Amino acid sequence: MATQHSRSAARMMMAPAVILLLGWMLVPLIMTLYFSFKKYLPLRGGDLGWAGFDNYVRFVTSSAFWPSVQATLVIVGGTLLITVVFGVLLGILLNQPMWGQGVVRILVIAPFFVMPTVSALVWKNMFMDPVNGLFAHLWKFFGAQPVEWLSDASMFSIITIVSWQWLPFATLILLTAIQSLDGEQLEASEMDGAPVLKRFYYIILPHLSRAITIVILIETIFLLSIFAEIFVTTGGAFGSRTLTYLIFQRVLESQNVGLGSAGGVYAIILANIVAIFLMRIVGKNLDA
Amino acid sequence: MGQIQLNQVTKSFGDVNVIPPLDLTIHEGEFTVFVGPSGCGKSTLLRLIAGLEDITSGQIDIDGQDATNLPPAKRGLAMVFQSYALYPHMSVRKNIAFPMKMAGMDEAEQTRRIDAAAKALNLTDYLDRRPGQLSGGQRQRVAIGRAIVREPSAFLFDEPLSNLDAALRVGMRLEISEMHKRLKTTMIYVTHDQVEAMTMADKIVVLQAGVIEQVGSPLELYREPRNKFVAGFIGSPKMNLIEGSEAAKHNAHTIGIRPEHLDVSTTEGQWQGTVGVAEHLGSDTFIHIHGIEGCDPLTVRAGGEVAVKHGDTVYLTPQMQHLHKFGADGLRIS
Ligand SMILES: Nc1ncnc2c1ncn2[C@@H]1O[C@H](COP(=O)(O)OP(=O)(O)OP(=O)(O)O)[C@@H](O)[C@H]1O
Ligand SMILES: [Mg+2]
Repeated sequence: MATQHSRSAARMMMAPAVILLLGWMLVPLIMTLYFSFKKYLPLRGGDLGWAGFDNYVRFVTSSAFWPSVQATLVIVGGTLLITVVFGVLLGILLNQPMWGQGVVRILVIAPFFVMPTVSALVWKNMFMDPVNGLFAHLWKFFGAQPVEWLSDASMFSIITIVSWQWLPFATLILLTAIQSLDGEQLEASEMDGAPVLKRFYYIILPHLSRAITIVILIETIFLLSIFAEIFVTTGGAFGSRTLTYLIFQRVLESQNVGLGSAGGVYAIILANIVAIFLMRIVGKNLDA
Repeated sequence: MGQIQLNQVTKSFGDVNVIPPLDLTIHEGEFTVFVGPSGCGKSTLLRLIAGLEDITSGQIDIDGQDATNLPPAKRGLAMVFQSYALYPHMSVRKNIAFPMKMAGMDEAEQTRRIDAAAKALNLTDYLDRRPGQLSGGQRQRVAIGRAIVREPSAFLFDEPLSNLDAALRVGMRLEISEMHKRLKTTMIYVTHDQVEAMTMADKIVVLQAGVIEQVGSPLELYREPRNKFVAGFIGSPKMNLIEGSEAAKHNAHTIGIRPEHLDVSTTEGQWQGTVGVAEHLGSDTFIHIHGIEGCDPLTVRAGGEVAVKHGDTVYLTPQMQHLHKFGADGLRIS
């Protein structure tokens, strides 16, 4: 009947988009898999034939592998912690009626519009530079020795920069969630004798759990593949080499496409492990 | 416990004065109903008593103690909100336990009170559900349960039944009245439904634009409304208010006669009119009558089986002992 007919018509019309998206995903994936089994050194002889699982074994046994996994997880975890905690606090703050609310909200959201490369450069040169940076001046003002942020506290610095970029996203989502909280619930809990902190813990936080879940899931997807901030600041030195960065180095600096591709496959596996793990912990919030 | 006294209480939101100076005493154990049209300040007044809103000036005493600046939790009052305001992520049991948990009551006592409340409110089978899995009436009962377990010195209800369907509303109305008889706790109940007010209240407070028009028992208000507003607001269907020459005959600006205090006849009577719409309810018939000077249409309550048709001529005679007279200022002349 008409529905059957329109359904097949709908399929026909959706097909180009679906095929395009599928190709977009599958072609790079298959190429990565293909190269990961090859010995392929573009500047040193090109395609040197099949390599079996050599690339996979070499990639994991390299001394840089586990530290890079650790660095990835630390950056993702640290950024998530900071953005969620401060996102909730900022969301609550921005929800208070205050003078100039509109302007303040736009200011808070602004960092999200700055390109990662640009923001990392700004942080590196204007804040964290040990000679000319604002922090250096601040430290000197108090008579302290300026900190060499990017070499002495590289992970902390990168987490700070990335958190600064992602805080607006978290704040925005959490603010809208806070705005949707029924005011009568808060009043009821106030009458029930819950002081401010308990109201936060028993009423606001559970109300936000779903929004927090979404923030965590979306941020994790993007943070696992973070690259520009590291490239621009430490260049992967001082223990800040993530898995993505390691792959980049293998492919472009060592000119070993096969080895890098194997790393890419490991990155996919790591992302899936993290995803399953997260879904287990926080995903159940989405069902409720 | 449970006496509430308002002295010269006022409330303004910015420049808008919602409650002009107001005095009111609610005695211990009384079931007091605030009625009035929408926007007259009933909820505001209730929230002032609860402490959810700061009063602009004046004083609120609870049990003889100045409570004007006490936070809501310290006033010993429990409130049931129109939207129920249940905590959606907690089970019914946890919802009811919440105020006791906040007060740090010991577990055994909490369980005892929850079980007692659940039994009284027919919630025993639902204790482990979430509010989202309950019907409107059940949610309402959970909200009441949460208020009961605190054993407050007074209950505050803000239009608690307005989200329920007509049949359930009648049922819950009885349950709340029953609960009041059993607990004998002061209750303040806000509604815009005068039937709820008449059936439940020991004392009705009629409000208009933040001003108390009259305070009294339901029958006092019915028998002797202090002014035209109360006369028109209390009673269903509304009292007929007649102006002009008919009123002048009784030396009044306006006379009022309730539909149930008019005798209908097809042959003779004081006033003559034609039948408009007749609403047959079975037990009663409300007939709208046109053509009587000063009041159009006039509503009459007749027996259930009256045989009048649209367009018939009927004669009406008011029962003189039930005639209300009002002056030009709207106040009652006795
Ligand atoms: N936060 C507020 N700011 C400004 N005006 C308010 C505020 N809350 C209430 N008002 C005004 O105060 C008046 C009384 O409001 P209130 O909510 O007490 O009415 P109500 O009698 O409960 O009406 P309803 O029967 O519709 O609930 C209204 O005119 C309303 O517009
Ligand atoms: Mg109201």
